[in-house]
Amino acid sequence: MSALLEVRDLAAAIGGRTLVSCLDLTLDAGERLAILGRNGAGKTTLLHTLAGLRAPLAGDIRLCGEALSALAPRRLAQLRGVLLQQQIDAFPASVLETALIGRHPWLERWAWESTADARQARQALAAVGLAELEQRDVHTLSGGERQRLAVATLLTQDPRLGLLDEPLSHLDLNHQIAVLELLASRARESGMGMIMVMHDVNLARRYADRALLLFGDGSAQCGPVAEILDAPTLSRLYGHPLRRIDAGGSDYFIPE
Amino acid sequence: MPSRRRALFVIAILLAAGLLSLVGALLVGSYAIAPGEVWARLTGNGGGTGGDIVLGLRLPRALAAFACGGLLALAGALMQVLLRNPLADPYVLGVSGGAAVGALSAMLFGLPLIFVHGGSFAGALAAVVTVFGLARGDGSWTQSRLLLTGVIVAAGCGAGVALILSLAPEQKLHSMLFWLMGDLSHAGSPWPALAVAAIGLALVMPIARDLNLLSRGDLVASTLGVKVRSLRAAVYVLGSLLTAVAVTTTGSVGFIGLVVPHLVRLTIGNDQRVLLPATALAGGALLVVADTLARTVIAPQQLPVGVLTALLGVPVFLYLLSRQPKGGRE
Repeated sequence: MSALLEVRDLAAAIGGRTLVSCLDLTLDAGERLAILGRNGAGKTTLLHTLAGLRAPLAGDIRLCGEALSALAPRRLAQLRGVLLQQQIDAFPASVLETALIGRHPWLERWAWESTADARQARQALAAVGLAELEQRDVHTLSGGERQRLAVATLLTQDPRLGLLDEPLSHLDLNHQIAVLELLASRARESGMGMIMVMHDVNLARRYADRALLLFGDGSAQCGPVAEILDAPTLSRLYGHPLRRIDAGGSDYFIPE
Repeated sequence: MPSRRRALFVIAILLAAGLLSLVGALLVGSYAIAPGEVWARLTGNGGGTGGDIVLGLRLPRALAAFACGGLLALAGALMQVLLRNPLADPYVLGVSGGAAVGALSAMLFGLPLIFVHGGSFAGALAAVVTVFGLARGDGSWTQSRLLLTGVIVAAGCGAGVALILSLAPEQKLHSMLFWLMGDLSHAGSPWPALAVAAIGLALVMPIARDLNLLSRGDLVASTLGVKVRSLRAAVYVLGSLLTAVAVTTTGSVGFIGLVVPHLVRLTIGNDQRVLLPATALAGGALLVVADTLARTVIAPQQLPVGVLTALLGVPVFLYLLSRQPKGGRE
């Protein structure tokens, strides 16, 4: 049984600037990895490279034992899903229709969405608290509701590996926790592996198994959250001093 | 929830509307012909002057209008998805501008009709090749680059048209203006345009669901298994060719390609699997009705059909837009 995702000697660059080099990474089913780093450190570039949306500068990426570049687009979309940083809604569409696009890679060319597909989409909408809004036009949703719809679309796609670019953006505190709990239960129950770009160190510590720190100069550190997230490392990562405080048994990082 | 049954229902209704518009076009005209006589001539057991007018003039013209309306509306829907811009129409990337320069040049030199058609098609293709070649550039193929290249080429063609109009002798200006506004009186055989419309629709139907994803952004489409680059190139080439055939047949009829996709979208939503065939049928029916009016309202004088498409389409469009509920759909 091979790992869900295996990365060897990966290098990625954007605009001639190398952001990641010699990266080795393995992710197993059900595992959650948080990517942390400053703006422009290469978090999204790395995520898109892992998703096969852009070619790596060098290195080898294997998804479910197969070379990423050798996978047909449709097969790739069955294995990995991506929650993008921004959603574009140029034309009107209902919430349910939007969640249903997640079924596209599973449908044959002439097939239409079945009642089973609709059930799956409705379950995902209910899981993010949008069940009541399924007939609403996406243009009438708030930023947070639109973000939860994107999460529901990813769950409807039901991939083995989820790559999430800032899954918590636009979400209020209540929904940040709800979405992270939902993702955690998906990882536990169906073994979906997850790589999440995050900005909240404390939530990453609580909801990820491991963290990958991108320093923006090509160097990176990866390890279990309890070991790798400490005040000196994080202060170096963000270029701003952080302090660890102990609140009743659990540790939190706050900026000085 | 998109369903095949609803799609078939919508398409059946629009097919009926299309047939109705064609029947109307056969019955109405400056020469009064009884419905019975029209029917007799169509079924092959009648004759006379009325029969010749129906079969030789009205039928080919109505079919050409139907085909070109369908071509323009379908091309408009494709361009709106390709450019992810509701304001896009079949002409935005310079196809009609190139065709106009070709057609008006042929008219300026007094060449026969076949050269006007040929010049129009050649001009359209030249514009397509130019925009396609330049917009690819470094291979990034972003739609802002495509749109900008197309708009610039269209602007260049517009200057060419203005130059030709200012050089043209006065007696040729009238037919040139009619060509620019769209005119079906020199349409010729409707069969090439009908065939291209049918082939175009047959080509887009298998990729209609991929187009649904493309309308939500290149990245989203890529993450869900669409081969975005080849799809975009195919949609651009197909949309341009459909437009070139339509413009060659009827001149640059305005409005249909921009507004019919919106009319259909406002009524049935943006699912391309329904939208594309429905748009083609609705565009065809609208142009048949507009052309029938163009040759009858002030008969025996004819109006350019482009004037009628706008006069008919604007109020319908504004009505549908104002009727749209604020909160959501359905």
